Amino acid sequence: MTKFTAEDVQYFANFARIAFSNEEAEEFSELISELVEFADQLKEVDTDQVEPMTHPLQLFNVLREDIPQDVLDRDEMLSSVKEHEDGMIKVPNIL
Amino acid sequence: MTLMKKTAAELQALLHNREVSVKEVTEDSFKQIAALDGQVKAFLTLTEEEALARAEELDNGPKEDRGPLFGLPIGIKDNIVTKGTATTCASKMLENFVPVYNATAVEKVNEAGMISVGKLNMDEFAMGSTTERSAFQTTHNPWNLDCVPGGSSGGSAAAVAAGEVPFSLGTDTGGSVRQPAAFCGVVGMKPTYGRVSRSGLVAFASSLDQIGPITRTVEDNALLLNAISGLDHRDSSSSPQQVPDFRAALTGDIKGLRIAVPKEYLGEGIEEDVKDKVRASLKVLESLGATIGEVSLPHSKYASPTYYTIATAEASSNLARFDGIRYGYRSEGAKNLDEIYTRSRAEGFGTEVKKRILYGTYALSADHHEELYVKAMKVRTLIAQDFASVFDNYDVIVGPTSATTAYEIGGAMKDQVTLYANDILTVSVNLAGIPAISIPCGFSNGLPVGLQIIGKHFDEATLYRVAHAFEQATDFHKRTPSIGEGNE
Repeated sequence: MTKFTAEDVQYFANFARIAFSNEEAEEFSELISELVEFADQLKEVDTDQVEPMTHPLQLFNVLREDIPQDVLDRDEMLSSVKEHEDGMIKVPNIL
Repeated sequence: MTLMKKTAAELQALLHNREVSVKEVTEDSFKQIAALDGQVKAFLTLTEEEALARAEELDNGPKEDRGPLFGLPIGIKDNIVTKGTATTCASKMLENFVPVYNATAVEKVNEAGMISVGKLNMDEFAMGSTTERSAFQTTHNPWNLDCVPGGSSGGSAAAVAAGEVPFSLGTDTGGSVRQPAAFCGVVGMKPTYGRVSRSGLVAFASSLDQIGPITRTVEDNALLLNAISGLDHRDSSSSPQQVPDFRAALTGDIKGLRIAVPKEYLGEGIEEDVKDKVRASLKVLESLGATIGEVSLPHSKYASPTYYTIATAEASSNLARFDGIRYGYRSEGAKNLDEIYTRSRAEGFGTEVKKRILYGTYALSADHHEELYVKAMKVRTLIAQDFASVFDNYDVIVGPTSATTAYEIGGAMKDQVTLYANDILTVSVNLAGIPAISIPCGFSNGLPVGLQIIGKHFDEATLYRVAHAFEQATDFHKRTPSIGEGNE
C-alpha cells in the first residue's frame, strides 16, 4: 500500500472511534500516507529468523500477596464523571 | 541570588544551619516562577497553597529523618498523576481531570520530603519533541525565548534551566527527557525500562515509557533517581533488580573505561557544530583515562520507523480509554452513545494524537498487523542485539543527544519525516530498554549541546560515574541562561 486514501481514514477511524469530516479525512490521508511510506523501509530488513521483541524486560509470573489494601473512594472518583446518578455512571439510552 | 540554582547539597547545608527554612526555599521557587514563567511558560498548574502548608509542616517536623532531598522543590510533568491536582497531559481531553491517587514516583518524592510546586507543560500526551503540541501553551527555551525547549518534557527541562525549580520529573518514550535536557542545557536521565514504576504515568507506549529525573547537576540527578527507583507491585513491569546508591558511583574515576562511538551517531544529518562538541567531549573523556573505539549499530537507520510503528500501535490501544464516559472531555452535541465516543475523541484530541491513533490502529489491523506491528517488533530485536554486541566489548556508548540544537518556535514542524529522523539518536535506547543520560557538553550560537551516554541494562551507576567525571572536568553546567538575572 502506498497511498492512504480518505476512505481508508474513515475505515480505520471507525475502529478508533474518532469522527472525521470529509475534509479532515483528506487532510489525514496525506499525513498517514507519509507514515506508511516511512514504515515501508522496514521491508528491507531480513527478519526471517528473528523473534519479535514483545517486552523490553523478561519478567514472568509477576504476582503479589493478595492482601486487601485501601481502595479508591467512590465519591472522589465520581467527581470527575460528567453525569452520574445513585453512584452509577450515566450514559444515553442504548436500546 | 536565587536559591533555585543551588545544588541539593548546598541547600541541605543552608537548611541544616538554619540559614533558610523549607518555607523560604519554597517561597523562593514561587518567586522565581512569578518573575520568569510569564516568558518561559513551563508550568500549567501551580500548587502554592498546598506547597507552603507542607513546607511549614516540614519545618516543624523532626530534624533526624531528613534525607538529601528534604524540603526541596520539584515540578512534575503533567502526565504523571497527582492526587487532588489537575493532570491534563496538556490535552483538552483531560482539561478538567483531577486524579484520585498519586503516581508511585510522586509518592516517593513526597516520602523523600520534596515539595511539589506544580505541573509542567508538555506535548499533548507526550507526542512530540518541541512542546508546541500542548493544547494550552508553548513553552519557551530559557536560553533563547524564540526557540523551543525540546519535548515532550519541555516544561520540565525549561523550568530547571530557568531556575524556577532545582528538580523536575519528565517522561521518556523516545527521547522526551534527554532531548529537552540537551536543548535546555540540563541533566536528564532515561532510566532502564522497569527501574522506575510506571504506576500513575498516563500510558503512551507501555513497552517504552519511563519516568526520569531532570536536574542542573549529575549528583542531584543521581539523588532523585535514588528516590524514585525500585520494585512496585502496582506496576507488574517494574523490576525486582536491586537499586544501588547512585551517588556512591560518583567517584570521578573513569580510568580504563571503554567507550564506544557508533559511526551512525556522527554521520549524515548531524550538525557539524554538534559533532565538533561531541568530539571535543570525547577528548576530555580520553584525557581522564578512558579508551575510545569506533563501532557500528547497523540497524540504527530503521530505529525511527520501528519506533513509530510500535509506539503508535501501543498508543492506539492505550488511548482507547478516553471515551468521554467516565472522565475527561465529553462532546456537548452527542446524541447517542456512539457519538459520545466519536465526537468526544474528535474534539478532545489534537491532530498529532489523532494521527498516531489512526496509524497505530492501521498497524494493528488484521490485514497489516504482520507486515507492520510484528515486523517492527522483529526489527526491535535486531536493534537490541546491536547494542548487546557492542556492550560485549565496551562499558558505555557516547554520542550526541540530538542532531541539532534547539530550533525556532514554529520553524521545524513542516516536514514530519525530518522531525522523526531527528529522533534516531534517542529512540533506539527506548526500543532496547537500556538507560541513557544527556549532559551539557558545549554551546553552539549560544544554545546548549547535549552529550548522550548510553549504558547496559540497570547500569545507570556507570552512566552517572562517567557523566560526573566529565562534568567535574568541564564547566558547562555552571553556565546558566541570562533570563532572570536582573531579578537576582
